[in-house]
Amino acid sequence: MVDVTPADAVPPAEVGEVELYHPHSWWTKYVFSQDAKVIAVQYSATATAIGLVALVLSWLMRLQLGFPGTFDFITPEAYYQFITMHGMIMVIYLLTALFLGGFGNYLIPLMVGARDMVFPYVNMLSYWIYLLAVLVLVSSFFAPGGPTGAGWTLYPPQAIMSGTPGGQDWGIILMLSSLILFIVGFTMGGLNYVVTVLQGRTRGMTLMRLPLTVWGIFTATVMALLAFPALFVACVMMLLDRVLGTSFFMPAIVEMGAQLQHNGGSPILFQHLFWFFGHPEVYIVALPAFGIVSDLISTHARKNIFGYRMMVWAIIAIGALSFVVWAHHMYVSGMNPYFGFFFATTTLIIAVPTAIKVYNWVLTLWRGDIHLTIPMLFALAFIVTFVNGGLTGLFLGNVVVDVPLSDTMFVVAHFHMVMGVAPILVIFGAIYHWYPKVTGRMLDETLGKFHFWVTFLGAYLIFFPMHYLGLMGVPRRYAELTDMTIMTESAHHLNSFISIMAFVVGFAQMVFLFNLIWSIRHGREAGGNPWRATTLEWQTPQTPPAHGNFGKELPIVYRWAYDYSVPGAKEDFIPQNVPGDFAPSREPA
Amino acid sequence: MAETILTHTSQLDRPQGWRGIAADWASDQRAFKNVSWGKAMMWIFLLSDTFIFGCFLLSYMTARMSTRVPWPNPSEVFALRIGGSEIPLILIAIMTFVLISSSGTMAMAVNFGYRHDRRKTAILMLLTAALGATFVGMQAFEWTKLITEGVRPWGNPWGAAQFGSCFFMITGFHGTHVTIGVIFLIIVARKVWRGDFDIGRPGFFTSRRGRYENVEIMGLYWHFVDLVWVFIFAFFYLW
Repeated sequence: MVDVTPADAVPPAEVGEVELYHPHSWWTKYVFSQDAKVIAVQYSATATAIGLVALVLSWLMRLQLGFPGTFDFITPEAYYQFITMHGMIMVIYLLTALFLGGFGNYLIPLMVGARDMVFPYVNMLSYWIYLLAVLVLVSSFFAPGGPTGAGWTLYPPQAIMSGTPGGQDWGIILMLSSLILFIVGFTMGGLNYVVTVLQGRTRGMTLMRLPLTVWGIFTATVMALLAFPALFVACVMMLLDRVLGTSFFMPAIVEMGAQLQHNGGSPILFQHLFWFFGHPEVYIVALPAFGIVSDLISTHARKNIFGYRMMVWAIIAIGALSFVVWAHHMYVSGMNPYFGFFFATTTLIIAVPTAIKVYNWVLTLWRGDIHLTIPMLFALAFIVTFVNGGLTGLFLGNVVVDVPLSDTMFVVAHFHMVMGVAPILVIFGAIYHWYPKVTGRMLDETLGKFHFWVTFLGAYLIFFPMHYLGLMGVPRRYAELTDMTIMTESAHHLNSFISIMAFVVGFAQMVFLFNLIWSIRHGREAGGNPWRATTLEWQTPQTPPAHGNFGKELPIVYRWAYDYSVPGAKEDFIPQNVPGDFAPSREPA
Repeated sequence: MAETILTHTSQLDRPQGWRGIAADWASDQRAFKNVSWGKAMMWIFLLSDTFIFGCFLLSYMTARMSTRVPWPNPSEVFALRIGGSEIPLILIAIMTFVLISSSGTMAMAVNFGYRHDRRKTAILMLLTAALGATFVGMQAFEWTKLITEGVRPWGNPWGAAQFGSCFFMITGFHGTHVTIGVIFLIIVARKVWRGDFDIGRPGFFTSRRGRYENVEIMGLYWHFVDLVWVFIFAFFYLW
């Protein structure tokens, strides 16, 4: 099925030319910029910076686990703080912000053929509020009592009690305030992304011609706009519990022998609210990765994506289903066991659309002209890692299997594989893929290969052994494992090994950062379309794209995003804005 | 595999049923054909905000249904002594009446806005803002009354502590929405009065020209805030 519009049938423009804000000074051009491309870079840089903090925190945790008793400054309290901040930063301030704020801002207007987001001013505010949220978060490291150590899920009642680091100090207050700010800022950006995709496309760009990257980011943003409210409400209520002494989540409880003022609240209510946000959040991170990886595979295998329509519907189905599975995080919370039956069923149903996607990626590769470029290597690594993490999800989705595995290292291994390593591999692939468009220069290939192999193999060596530790019964969130009978000699060795690998992989990221900075000036000139890709962002008149993206005339779209290796065409790719039908010739070969 | 699908085909070839709906939605340039960017954005924001209020109300219902301590009777708590007799919910009834009336004046403002009747539009918007401010004022009165009677976020004299928590949180959050609405009503009314939408004066912050449609977008938000109040009224006061 080839989706092509004849050149004479392009519909007239439905929206007049937009009025762009033209910056007058250096400040409005590069700092308080309303241009989505600049905002994207700002988002990405901030997310990377805070991500480095999370990376260092993970090193500190691994130091403690791998070499217990060696480092005096890592007290159990500090260990909890590291865990909490690492998880929260990675999930929200790095992955969500980078995929939606970074890639969303850069790619949506360019890929749908728009001059900018629909409301650039609001888009700019979105970034500055995000930055404020990050600063509030970072400030908790310097607050009295340090950051919160409640675990990234912030479960009450412990989150606001004195035994937990930051519980009766500033930590938890700053954490909740930062989350509220993040949600406000994200909503401003998210509304822009959604409306731009729905209402701001160029002539000829139907929804079914959007690159899957846009589909992934779009669906994830819609989900975020519906899931973040639950977290917002949970944060407001916990903040009231902590500051005003209300009892939304706090039952009657005794602390250090003293009866607290709280009475009659429901900790389970918090878990429901949190996971109504928390589970969609997994797919808010995963869906953009699914979309981007589809485009990487298609472009670098020089072949159209297999089953485009099915891919789109799978994204939508996953997005919808992810709202009815949240309580599979709560099998051991003491909720009604019948809920477990319902949520296990819906959870396992998600495997169907997800498996469709994996099959389609593999079938796209099948007999393709695979170029083992760095983006392609990362895309292939993603498929392997994602399948691996997905399969352990089948274990944890079943109540009876989950109960013994709950709160062991198996869970840590599972979610790091499926929503940690897998999306981050896609982020790396995407950066190698789009860096030439952002800067005009290629990233260094040799450093890139080094970065890929160390990251991919290293991440496996970190997280794969954790499955075994988990099956042995090694619990997670324990700062000290030395005296436990289940910790055999070999388990300790394994832990040390994991820690060493964590440092090796972390070091490879430094090489990557060096590559990012070095290549801005010294990279090979990329030209406008180094990967010979079809989507609109590669067809801009200037590279990097100038203000307004497309010069005088917006492009007109005549075909879908995946016309690679079309028989009868001059080249092995046809950009979306090239008219004409390249039907295969009917003469016998 | 090489069949060609034309995007713009004649009426007869259009897909029917669900496929047709999907094709219409997915069509060229815009999913919602006659909807401007601003209006689309407001609708989607309101959808997101609905989830916030939904979560607040569901949390309140959970607290109310699971508490083992009696819940204070809203009819008695929210009664006013007027002329020697306790009239249940009288203040809330007046507040609801005021807020719903403000939806009426807002709708009229939108109507006159599209006729470019600057004077009437601005007056009606200011009237809407005045009604909204009255609502917030009465809410402040209600808060004061309850606080003097000993209701606090962490407890009250009559029963479950969550009564005060939920009351202050939900009405406070809604009142904040009304207050923000009043502020923006005044801002937009000033723009209408000054003729910004006729001469295309760029906005102070955004540097972009507004249109009379902004009145309607403002109206969408205002009607939403009123609608949310109806649910709060039903679930908090009438239950």
